[in-house]
Amino acid sequence: MQNILPQLLQLPPLLIGLADLAAAFLFLYGLHRMASPVTASSGILVAGIGMAVAVLASFLYAFDVDPAAQPRLMVNITLVFVALGIGGGAAWWSGRKVAMTAMPQMVAIYNGLGGGAAGAIAAIELFGGKAAGMTPFIVTLAGALIGAVSLSGSLIAWAKLDGVIEKPWRFRGQQAVNGLLLLLTLAVGAYLAVVTHGATGDSSVAVPALPTAIYLFFALALALGICMTLPIGGADMPVVISIFNAFTGLAVGLEGFVLKNPALMIAGMVVGAAGMLLTLLMAKAMNRSVANVVFTNFGTIARHKQGNIKGSLKPMQASDAGIAMRYAASVIIVPGYGLAVAQGQGKLYEFVKLLRDGGVSVKFAVHPVAGRMPGQMDVLLAEAGVPYDMIFQLEDINDEFATTDIALVIGANDVVNPAARNDKSSPIFGMPILNADKSKKVFVVKRGEGKGYADIVNTLFYSDNCNMVYGDAQAVLIKMIEAVRGLGLPAVA
Amino acid sequence: MEFQIGISGFIALYIFMVAGFAGWVIIGRVPAILHTPLMSGSNFVHGIVVVGGIYALLNAATLQQQIIGFCAVLFGAGNAAGGYAVTDRMLAMFKSSAHPPVHAKKTNVKSIHTKKH
Repeated sequence: MQNILPQLLQLPPLLIGLADLAAAFLFLYGLHRMASPVTASSGILVAGIGMAVAVLASFLYAFDVDPAAQPRLMVNITLVFVALGIGGGAAWWSGRKVAMTAMPQMVAIYNGLGGGAAGAIAAIELFGGKAAGMTPFIVTLAGALIGAVSLSGSLIAWAKLDGVIEKPWRFRGQQAVNGLLLLLTLAVGAYLAVVTHGATGDSSVAVPALPTAIYLFFALALALGICMTLPIGGADMPVVISIFNAFTGLAVGLEGFVLKNPALMIAGMVVGAAGMLLTLLMAKAMNRSVANVVFTNFGTIARHKQGNIKGSLKPMQASDAGIAMRYAASVIIVPGYGLAVAQGQGKLYEFVKLLRDGGVSVKFAVHPVAGRMPGQMDVLLAEAGVPYDMIFQLEDINDEFATTDIALVIGANDVVNPAARNDKSSPIFGMPILNADKSKKVFVVKRGEGKGYADIVNTLFYSDNCNMVYGDAQAVLIKMIEAVRGLGLPAVA
Repeated sequence: MEFQIGISGFIALYIFMVAGFAGWVIIGRVPAILHTPLMSGSNFVHGIVVVGGIYALLNAATLQQQIIGFCAVLFGAGNAAGGYAVTDRMLAMFKSSAHPPVHAKKTNVKSIHTKKH
């Protein structure tokens, strides 16, 4: 009997190891399946199974806890259940309920929570003096810093996307202040590392002796995340969300190293790489470097003299525009963030179906940075029921505008501004744009005469082949639908 | 036999390198149309941090560690559950023309959005 007990104690770590191995594989396989719209929805299920397996197996940690934690084990197990129930339940409920248009801020919150969890794990390691040795200690600090920045930064991103904070908050010397904050944080971290591990690298001084320095470290890191995100404007959010996604992944991966859990390391690093890739893609779609998005105040440098604009704005009635499209042979629709704000995607597809019933060829052209997160427009169109084979990305459809009768620009602005192509002095010069201006006729649905996010006059609006339809996107679409129905034409398709 | 996993410096770097490369390659193949679900899907995947949170909370030896550990599990669970919920919802919406969710018939074009937002 005495020999069986040690054998049995080997069982939980074995099961945990196997479960984590399975989880890591299922994550990779699940993400792999997300590469096509056909298999994507099974991809998240596969990844979800991996998560469930790993979480269930993690309860086996209860069989082998620190002797110091032994007296509190029952309380801790209860706390785990309560935390899982509250955190998981609330997030599940909010995730099921949230409007598709609010998806960017929701993803920002969930991402921030992940960063916060990584930071909290690091805090326990630090306060408990559990990270033994110089390398794990520094890795813990790095994970703590990145996780905390991701938490506070994501919350600011949420506030901006949700409209809680409306204006970017900027002042002179802001970058210097942020740099100073980063240096201070690193200094406190270095102080902690040296004091606890000394020059020899062995942990002679218990870290818990320095709670103030640890609190200071986290406070500085959180402040850094806030100060980094505050000056960044709404339209740059696709880049920012991608960065924080990468940050959280990285923090999780680093804490996985400290906890000696390869599943966390792999999942974290995969997400870190994915976030980094998306960040670069988004920055490329704006023809700006990542550093430029994060460190320059786009709105302020954008205010410069505009060249003389030829032509004038030519307003048009929504009903006339709708009827013109019904009689066109081909229409390409360029949706933008304004469509999301107006919640007009459902009405848009209703209108598109009317056109298609009339034999009009209709396609959607989506710019990579349209909306507030990568691919947001695609999701909104999908929500309205638009089949994904009607939705085309910039490089696939840009040549087709020249042979198209009508381009309908709805709630988009800077992504169709020809200045990006031909005005070297324009701040958006070089950004890939959708060539809506090259189609025979352009209708622009817009709330008013205001400028776009980048605060640049859009020369497209003044060109001869362009008409402006003013109004809220959804209201305009309702008028268009009524006008086309009013024609009473028979369906041909 | 010993099943405890020991990961020393270089092994960790190898794991990070291969995982990072795998992530880069897998994500690089995803078409732009799926970038939002992909982002929230990868967001869900780093919700695995909840496992680390559970480990930390089970090993919490002081009240302070219990409080922080509770937050770690709370946040991690929120990350995982929320990430799954929104990704699943979004992916369920992507349909092709061959299998349209609500296909308009010739005569009765009915609104998808009966509910006003």
